[in-house]
Amino acid sequence: MTYTFGLDTFGDRNDDADGKPQSHAQSIRNVVEEGVLAEHAGLEFFGIGEHHTTYMPMPAGDVALAAIAARTQKIRLGSAVTVLGSDDPVRVFQRYSTLDAISSGRAEVILGRGSSVDSFPLFGYDLADYEQLFDEKATLFAELMKGGPVTWAGRTRAPLAGQDVVPHVEDGPFPVWIGVGGNPESVVRAARLGFGLALAIIGGRPARFAPYSQLFQRALEKFGHPPLPVLLHSPGHVAATDEQAKEEFWPRYRDIMTIMGPERGFPAPAKSRFDWEAGPDGALFVGSPPTVARKIAATLPLLRATRFDLKYGMPGMTHDQNMASIELFGTQVAPLARELLGEARSLALEMK
Amino acid sequence: MIMQDTQEPGKVAVLGAGHVGSVVARLAVNAGYPVDIAASGDPGHIALITELVIPGARPRWAADAVQGAGLVVLAIPLHRFGDLDPGLLDGRLVVDAMNYWPASDGSLEQFEPGGSSEIVARTLAGSTVVKALNHIGYHDLEDWARPEGAPDRMAAGVAGDDPGAVTAVADFIDRIGYDPVRLESLRAGRLLQPGTAVFGTVLASGQFEQAIRRSPALAQTRNLP
Repeated sequence: MTYTFGLDTFGDRNDDADGKPQSHAQSIRNVVEEGVLAEHAGLEFFGIGEHHTTYMPMPAGDVALAAIAARTQKIRLGSAVTVLGSDDPVRVFQRYSTLDAISSGRAEVILGRGSSVDSFPLFGYDLADYEQLFDEKATLFAELMKGGPVTWAGRTRAPLAGQDVVPHVEDGPFPVWIGVGGNPESVVRAARLGFGLALAIIGGRPARFAPYSQLFQRALEKFGHPPLPVLLHSPGHVAATDEQAKEEFWPRYRDIMTIMGPERGFPAPAKSRFDWEAGPDGALFVGSPPTVARKIAATLPLLRATRFDLKYGMPGMTHDQNMASIELFGTQVAPLARELLGEARSLALEMK
Repeated sequence: MIMQDTQEPGKVAVLGAGHVGSVVARLAVNAGYPVDIAASGDPGHIALITELVIPGARPRWAADAVQGAGLVVLAIPLHRFGDLDPGLLDGRLVVDAMNYWPASDGSLEQFEPGGSSEIVARTLAGSTVVKALNHIGYHDLEDWARPEGAPDRMAAGVAGDDPGAVTAVADFIDRIGYDPVRLESLRAGRLLQPGTAVFGTVLASGQFEQAIRRSPALAQTRNLP
């Protein structure tokens, strides 16, 4: 079994060392540097999630990914996620097949809704139509990924009749995933379309998602698809010690949850809750390299997941904090987690 | 009006097999209830979900699920509520676990402003509606369920106008793992909605009751519209 380790960012706006917010432009340039560092640190995936807010000014992540592609050789680059419901599947395909061309076959796409829904009013979509928009558009995206002329009709965009959509991908379809929160119906949809399953676990016990992974594989069988991988996406932060990681992460986590709370109807988070989430049972991967590596190694097998994407950073964290976290994640967490996962596997074999 | 057999827990029907419905169904199965679950349409579409994610529950057409159910949990997105035939739920005790949550589901004029469960109750004129299980996030709902007497057991609000129905739902809440806290009316259920102190968090019953009592909107829920 091989495991893959990657990073995701939502383009969080950085503060400078004095706690002053940096410009949107500087924050985007920071993301490009972080993506380049991810490759040097030995990581295998760098993803950018679409967001449209002043504290996550990252609506065009594919443009930033192209800049990273031009300065890297090996790391895979993708969205995390593309909010397909408020986008045009043809344009998404075109942008990411362009990225695939620029990067010589390193593009990926994770389709989903994310927890950010700002794009719906922005582009004139009604959230009440979300299910239909996503379902139709994801189905069309699956058609586009097959290559060749596409014929399609639906209610959410203009029909296509034998349409050749360019640019053609060079070496077959790039990987496509569907990001799923907690809805089992979304798991079945990912399987029906033949896309990978990206479990976004941002709160609560990751272990409760174990049946989702099983559901995914069974549903793939039912729809006649080969087995496909499962990845885990969770937020976190790595620093030299557990204390330092928590001290850097918690105030920024608290602040963003406090800002988003009223928008979503949630109260501000309690420190006790954060400590639980950052502990062994919760969904935040915050701590020293051994702490985070142990948690990853304990969690991936439960979910039968073979990839872990750490959503690093929070709005207000500094670029330097993010760079240090990336360096530690790539050079220490990933190797240690691989080792622990290897050990766990050989132990299981000995017990047979 | 509501028949409740306190010895044998009656069948629970859960309408909705998404985030919330699947969790509530699983908790009810674990608590020993016979559980039927329905999504919109053919139960074949949720057979695999039920088998793997809600083992022990039975996938059914909505009409079959509610037949003979002592309690029907409504866990569909509120913007799909209009698609539901109210006649299906005539004579039933309905737990409204839905939320009017524009930030997530978009604006719905008929639910603005006021208490979403009051509007649900007016639509389901032949049913008895109790508001519950809407204010705890679906992942918390599963993680924090505890047996009676557990020191870290959390509270869940129950709001309704029919005391017998509120008692029946409180009993259900208790059995699936939470200390029920009764609110004085369905209108008081507004204190459980998005944006309130108890929404989206988990609190022990003492803190929960205090948050309700301190709510600036409490007095408002006591005035008639």
